Amino acid sequence: MSVITTKGVTKTYNPEKIPVHALNGVDLEIKEGEFTAIVGPSGSGKTTLLNIIGGLDRPSNGSVQINQTDIATLSDNQLIDFRKENIGFVFQAYNLIPVLTAKENVEFVMLLQGKSKAERDSRVNALMKAVGLETKINKRPSELSGGQQQRVAVARALAPKPRFILADEPTANLDSHSTANLLDLMLELNQKENVTFIFSTHDQRVIDRARRVITLVDGKIETDEVRA
Amino acid sequence: MMIFKLAWRNIWRNRRRTLITAASILFAVLFASFMEALQKGAWNNMISNVVNFYFGYVQIHEDGYWEEQSLEKSFQLKDSMLLLPEQFPAIKAVIPRIESFALASTGEQTMGTLVVGIDPDAENQMTGLQERLTTGNYIEAQDQSVLIAEGVAENLKLGIGDTLLLISQGYHGVNAAGKYPVAGIVSFASPELNKQLVYLPLAEAQWFYGAEGMITSLALKLDNQGDIAPLMAALPAHIDTSRYEVMDWKQMMPDLLEAKALDSAGNVVVYFILYMIIGFGILGTILMMTKERMYEFGILTAIGMKRALLSISVWLEILLLAMLGSLAGILVSMPIVWYFKVNPIRFGGDYASTLEKFGFEPIFPAEFDVTIFLMQAMIVLILTAILALYPIWKIYRLKAVEAMRD
Repeated sequence: MSVITTKGVTKTYNPEKIPVHALNGVDLEIKEGEFTAIVGPSGSGKTTLLNIIGGLDRPSNGSVQINQTDIATLSDNQLIDFRKENIGFVFQAYNLIPVLTAKENVEFVMLLQGKSKAERDSRVNALMKAVGLETKINKRPSELSGGQQQRVAVARALAPKPRFILADEPTANLDSHSTANLLDLMLELNQKENVTFIFSTHDQRVIDRARRVITLVDGKIETDEVRA
Repeated sequence: MMIFKLAWRNIWRNRRRTLITAASILFAVLFASFMEALQKGAWNNMISNVVNFYFGYVQIHEDGYWEEQSLEKSFQLKDSMLLLPEQFPAIKAVIPRIESFALASTGEQTMGTLVVGIDPDAENQMTGLQERLTTGNYIEAQDQSVLIAEGVAENLKLGIGDTLLLISQGYHGVNAAGKYPVAGIVSFASPELNKQLVYLPLAEAQWFYGAEGMITSLALKLDNQGDIAPLMAALPAHIDTSRYEVMDWKQMMPDLLEAKALDSAGNVVVYFILYMIIGFGILGTILMMTKERMYEFGILTAIGMKRALLSISVWLEILLLAMLGSLAGILVSMPIVWYFKVNPIRFGGDYASTLEKFGFEPIFPAEFDVTIFLMQAMIVLILTAILALYPIWKIYRLKAVEAMRD
């Protein structure tokens, strides 16, 4: 079953002065449970595509359907709600809220969803255990290593039970050991909880472990390789 | 609760900046409260001097007397008026007076004075006149002697037992003249009163003015200012208002109120400048905080925090900062203002003389009124609440992708 379908998506920045065509007609279908890496050189449109799929940016043309909802038709507030319920984000720079503890960061979106304390506690404890940080739940981000922060970010993205997770260069700031651990974790979650992961990455270690690799060049899909 | 927690913790992200901003608010509240307390205290002190120690909060006159201030507008004191305290518990005493101006003379010296006929006991009950005696004796109802104010004694170089000659025009134009020994000298806090008052026993004054049994005013002693309005509303039912006028101190002394209002208006300019400076300080903090946090605001909206909720959180954060400064300002101001209430600032030298010339007592006791502190804190909060609209404006214009890219 398709989670994401894009048809003829284009994105042009600065259209009235010096236009920059970041995406030039991207047709893409992502199915539930995929572990997909979007790769390509700098400026190929990876992050732009991820932002558009994530409802953070709007396409200049084309449509983006997520679970039969054309997100281009949603208002700004509806988009925020849509993201909250359907999409988890993992950013390159972790982007945890510095004044909240690891536990509070993970439960933050669940609070926005209006989940009960019991439900939040149970989910947060399970996730913190899953990411191997059950002993660090009361630590603030500044007290955690980069790898640990990124694990908390993954837990935060998973907490609201999203339809899929978008990760923009999630390993870019991590050392080899942390990268390997994070990939193990994400693959495990992908297999156990059937969570769909979509990465943009340059990192060969991530590409090697992805089960589908989409290569973007100049805003177009050049190759789309599904691995056994 | 999470919003409050987020706001509170965010305040302490940049501890030094928070403390500097809170300190600037603290000093603004302290300075403004102290100024306001001193100004209010000085005015209340003056009003108290004038009202409590002479006029009384309410007076009854013959209709038109206050406008003309003439003996021709005196009236016969009726027994029913003396019984007003029985009808109105708020009235603690009635104080009859007959007053007019007279030339006071001794030897070669002559000066204009306000000669007031009083019931010495009743007058003492309201104004505590006997306590103002600096030398000599207080007068009795049947005496034929005078009490004079310190300034009169100085100008005419009079001492106890010296004779004061009074010349005036009495009721219906009769000649009024009398020679009286000085029984005592009294001192007033109000320089205006100090330089013109001469007291005679009521009966002697009525004889002097040729106005047997008549008075020009009946002052009503009230212990509580809050009783003025209900009394003013109730008295017309008991007093023939076509013949008598009932006036409270504000009606009798509109100049004093106007001067107070004018003085307060002057202070508004000072407060405006002060709060402008503080406002720019707070705005600086808000601008820096907003600039630093745009990336974070982008993240928060990206992960599903609505702009309205994010705006409330940031607004609350800034208000908490202002409340922190204001609260500290109030806590620091209170003991300082209390100290200056108990130990008023007393001016001396030329400045004191200047104040006295304008009828001000050169004493500035601070007024300890909680509303003063709360008002200043409220001004800071309102100012901050307005300035805090800036990040809200930025949040509503924010594009998550651009904010995160920046």
